[in-house]
Amino acid sequence: MSVSFCGLQLAHPVINASGTFDLLAANTAFGESLRERFPFAAFVSKTITLEPRKGNPPPRLWEAPAGLLNSIGLPNKGLQGYLANDLPAISELLGKVRAQPPVPLITNVMGSTAAEIAQLLNACEQREEISAVELNVSCPNVKTGLDIGADPVQLEVVVREVRPHLSKPLIVKLTPNTADVAACALAAQEGGADAISLINTLRAMAPGGGSPKPWLGGGTGGLSGPAIRPVALAQVAAAARRVSIPVVGMGGVQSAKHAQDLLDVGATLVAVGTESFRDPSAGSRIAHELSGAAETPANATPDHPGASTLLNLK
Amino acid sequence: MSGSDRPVLDGSSDGTSQCASARVQAPIGRRLLTVAGMDELGAYRVLRLSDPSGPRPQPGQFSMLTAAERWGGGEDDRPHVPRAFSVARWQDGEAHYLLEDVGPGTHRLCELRGGDEVWVLGPLGRGFTAPAEDQRAILVGGGVGIAPLAILQDTFGDHADTQGTVALLGFRDGAHTRGASLLRGAQVATDDGSVGHHGLVTDLLVRELDETPRAIVYACGPAPMLEATRAICGARDVPAQLALESGMACGFGACFGCVVPLRDGSYLRVCLDGPVIDAARLERVDAHAGAPA
Ligand SMILES: Cc1cc2nc3c(=O)[nH]c(=O)nc-3n(C[C@H](O)[C@H](O)[C@H](O)COP(=O)(O)OP(=O)(O)OC[C@H]3O[C@@H](n4cnc5c(N)ncnc54)[C@H](O)[C@@H]3O)c2cc1C
Ligand SMILES: Cc1cc2nc3c(=O)[nH]c(=O)nc-3n(C[C@H](O)[C@H](O)[C@H](O)COP(=O)(O)O)c2cc1C
Ligand code: FES
Repeated sequence: MSVSFCGLQLAHPVINASGTFDLLAANTAFGESLRERFPFAAFVSKTITLEPRKGNPPPRLWEAPAGLLNSIGLPNKGLQGYLANDLPAISELLGKVRAQPPVPLITNVMGSTAAEIAQLLNACEQREEISAVELNVSCPNVKTGLDIGADPVQLEVVVREVRPHLSKPLIVKLTPNTADVAACALAAQEGGADAISLINTLRAMAPGGGSPKPWLGGGTGGLSGPAIRPVALAQVAAAARRVSIPVVGMGGVQSAKHAQDLLDVGATLVAVGTESFRDPSAGSRIAHELSGAAETPANATPDHPGASTLLNLK
Repeated sequence: MSGSDRPVLDGSSDGTSQCASARVQAPIGRRLLTVAGMDELGAYRVLRLSDPSGPRPQPGQFSMLTAAERWGGGEDDRPHVPRAFSVARWQDGEAHYLLEDVGPGTHRLCELRGGDEVWVLGPLGRGFTAPAEDQRAILVGGGVGIAPLAILQDTFGDHADTQGTVALLGFRDGAHTRGASLLRGAQVATDDGSVGHHGLVTDLLVRELDETPRAIVYACGPAPMLEATRAICGARDVPAQLALESGMACGFGACFGCVVPLRDGSYLRVCLDGPVIDAARLERVDAHAGAPA
């Protein structure tokens, strides 16, 4: 099952989707059992920005049909806070995880200009705790208001400009809210990305329940979970066909079957997001089922995953 | 005002600074438990899950519950994520949860019968901390929010006898007051006056505080009740621990969806650094932060 991804050796192809698993919080909640049964082959941080962000006002969650709509607003301590506080703690914790090969840290960053992104990459370059960087390009360009990642021309320019600031693997996390995701995938590759990841959440809105003001504190939000799985499959397939670099596929993965579907259309790794909210050990369950796909009970579904769910995974 | 003279409870989520006594850690991963029984309690249900090997929760901690079958496909094709419930009692290898049917998730759980199965992640969050030797504990509950006060009262034991712990519970009407039987010796208030004091449970709180100023208040209930409790206790410099609620997706600090604003302008994850929080840390109780009325 072990996989090589951009030069990193991983125990299996299942990692977490950025922003859907807080390592330090999970350590507080689960303690030793988190380190004993770590669910992912690599750990991806939530998005870090240059300046600290409080995040959006509540309510931040709306349960959608077979999914979740969030307007969390990327709360984080900012680059300095991350480097000074979280990074040493995350790295120490990952060092204690009982897994072989060790679990590398991928830091996810976002900036609204190439200069900002370059600053973030410079910082990541200097810290040996960080094995790779995922660049979230679902960020509005301050001048045009358009997401940097939504326009292939702009995306390629930005990636090319920031690329020299990082010698480590650079994964560009594409936005699905664009006309042609495959063109964006190619643009990221041409700009110098080592890999791409997709899909991020789809822009969506929850009704205000009789009021014209939408429910979510942030207005619109991002849709995730099973509801977006078929969209994810189409976009991952289209992107993988267009590029030669590795692809991290995600969107609504709940089982080994869903993960395999993404691998079948060309993904090298699969990320689990919203399903971890339902079960924090979903990642290890899926990895385990993937490795022993033949032994998985034929009637297994996410809510009836069969006996394999209950096994302690190593 | 410091919330209590117990160890300082730091709201940081960075792990080590938590007061150990208020949190028991959950094993990572949900576990499949069998329904031992579902009891009717007036307008409420008590779900009893057989959990002989689960960790014993601290009062105020909660679990995320998911019915093993037919979770989804309800009203508006919900639920999808699990639902949070306070542990109301822990005895004889069973965890008890007090349920009120307010939507698709609670409705599905209320349908369960003995032998059915439920996925459980927990215990989660930070619970209540014990009163000081000379403090009289006053428990203030509203509606389904009485649940964590029952297990809290269970753990008081001798303290209750020496300090005369009192439980004040408010309900909408007579059918809901049946919930009061979860606690011993509760004084009841109803909105409609059908049982006990006609009016708010916080009227009873004011009366108690007039008599015993050296008190600590433990409260859980709808946001307006929690807000009134916060204001009353704040004005008298009486420490209060409030068990908040919030819409949750994960329950273990992963999604940042359950936040409430603090006095210092930051946001607190209710599932991780709560649900029990020192009232002094809140400017006011957010409208989203209470139990269903
Ligand atoms: C720590 C904690 C402890 C709790 N303890 C208990 C307990 O002991 N007993 C108990 O009965 N309850 C308890 N609750 C409350 C319980 O979790 C909720 O009542 C439950 O989640 C409601 O789910 P539902 O599907 O039944 O209803 P929902 O419809 O999900 O909830 C009702 C409310 O949610 C909002 N809502 C409606 N639609 C949506 C949507 N699509 N997305 C998001 N929100 C929506 C509305 O404000 C509505 O009033 C607790 C909550 C927390 C956080
Ligand atoms: C609550 C929540 C927070 C998220 N935060 C981030 C984030 O900080 N950075 C990011 O690149 N993606 C973020 N995402 C998107 C996920 O990483 C992922 O792309 C998306 O949810 C699709 O996968 P899923 O359906 O398995 O959840 C977030 C998703 C959710 C649900
Ligand atoms: S419910 Fe997900 S962070 Fe609190």
